[in-house]
Amino acid sequence: MRRTPRVVTALVGALAVATALALTGCSGATVDTATSATPTASDPTLEGSITVYAAASLTTTFTELADEFEKANPGTTVDLTFAGSSDLVTQITEGAPADVFASADEKNMAKLTDAGLVDPSASEDFATNVLTIAVPPSNPADVTGFADLGKSDVKTVVCAAQVPCGAATVAVERATGVTISPVSEESSVTDVLGKVTSGEADAGLVYVTDVEAAGDSVTGIEFPEADQAVNTYPIAPVADTANPAVAEAFVAFVTGEVGQGVLRDAGFGTP
Amino acid sequence: MTPAPHRAYAGVPVWIAVVAALGAAFVLLPLVAMVSRVDWAEFVPLVTSESSVAAFWLSLRTSVTATLLCVVLGVPMAVVLARTGFRGQRVLRSLVLLPLVLPPVVGGIALLYTFGRRGLLGQAFDALGVTIAFSTTAVVLAQTFVALPFLVLSLEGALRTVGTRYEAVAATLGARPTTVLRRVTLPLVLPALVSGAVLSFARALGEFGATLTFAGSLQGVTRTLPLEIYLQRETDPDAAVALSLVLVLVAVVVVALAHRAGGPSGVATRRRGS
Repeated sequence: MRRTPRVVTALVGALAVATALALTGCSGATVDTATSATPTASDPTLEGSITVYAAASLTTTFTELADEFEKANPGTTVDLTFAGSSDLVTQITEGAPADVFASADEKNMAKLTDAGLVDPSASEDFATNVLTIAVPPSNPADVTGFADLGKSDVKTVVCAAQVPCGAATVAVERATGVTISPVSEESSVTDVLGKVTSGEADAGLVYVTDVEAAGDSVTGIEFPEADQAVNTYPIAPVADTANPAVAEAFVAFVTGEVGQGVLRDAGFGTP
Repeated sequence: MTPAPHRAYAGVPVWIAVVAALGAAFVLLPLVAMVSRVDWAEFVPLVTSESSVAAFWLSLRTSVTATLLCVVLGVPMAVVLARTGFRGQRVLRSLVLLPLVLPPVVGGIALLYTFGRRGLLGQAFDALGVTIAFSTTAVVLAQTFVALPFLVLSLEGALRTVGTRYEAVAATLGARPTTVLRRVTLPLVLPALVSGAVLSFARALGEFGATLTFAGSLQGVTRTLPLEIYLQRETDPDAAVALSLVLVLVAVVVVALAHRAGGPSGVATRRRGS
């Protein structure tokens, strides 16, 4: 019995470590872009850190923008969390500590304004995105336009109608009268792109910015009917943010000159 | 309360019981939390919707097929691992059991590079006119890949535990190896085989990552119950919770079956088979 306390301590310690590991593991893909910024702030009113929850399609652009923002405002830190917009909405509704939310569609932002978690007047549209056809570089099925996706011998992968890119796909199908019989309806645009880059699918419907980011691994085929379904990206500070000054400054940064430039370079449209 | 008649020494320290209770709560509380979120008024319509039923049957069909494949491939693997010794056997065992520790999405990528259109074997299959990508076959392959180690592991352990005594006796009495395997070895480890198969079935039923990566997601073809839950969550969290509960219930039944089949008395009672 004498040895018991030590064992207990060891066990409790192990448990604590395990719990800590589990907790950090569950916190999602938080990217800390904090640079070694000196605390000598040029603007003394802007200080402290904020957490930005942004749609997965904003990963590249927002990582760059957070970096730029920290450089322009020494003394601030921007932590980023990327996931599907509806996942982020669920997390914020369940009390996740987000200061700014950038959504890939208006529907998910509306969920937060309806719940009173975001002030509707504070929400600003900052980018648009349209669908494009992604094909493997060799274009095995000779896809040239949207009508080709309706052919039965073209293996097309799309997003399921439940997710934003799938809703856009349905809208384009309606507008064009072309019915796609997909071989798979994925839950995220990344999964659609994955099926095309791996060569499993002949074509996939993804966003223009996804093709831009994928580089040489896929070829994008733009089609005029894409204008029938334009996705608008809104951004807003979360109502009960602990640091409203920095949160608002970041929103202004994204909708401002630098932010718009970075987004335009990545293929986003202006709302 | 009268003490149990054959109670053996049970000197469990209090702190062990406390930590054990903590562990049990850690596992059970999330389940309770999930059940508390179920919208009971809508439960039946949600789980009987067309897409839910399609996903449920697809999951059952593919998991049963995958389990059969696991038995067909896994029994010989377990026998070879338990009854033979050759150079590199330990390494081979570790490698064969790798899917146990691999993240399923990694398994999916590996399968893609094997059976995919541009994969190692996929091109040969393509030449034969067989396409695996985006088919129900792909789902079964993904499930078998992740579930096979469960069967091999539990059966190999049982084979080592029962030893080779009865097999040796049978052999000296003139039984050929196949007869020994069929009449002596397999009856001895039948409970472990059943529990291993049940565990494989459970793992196949819950398969998500490899299926999503390798097979895609289409109602009635490749969208199994876990994939349906993942998708429903986007728009209809109530449906996702209801379907999750269905999956939990199936899992509970499966675990209970495995427990009955693989209990410690199981091996002992089967000994008379020799």
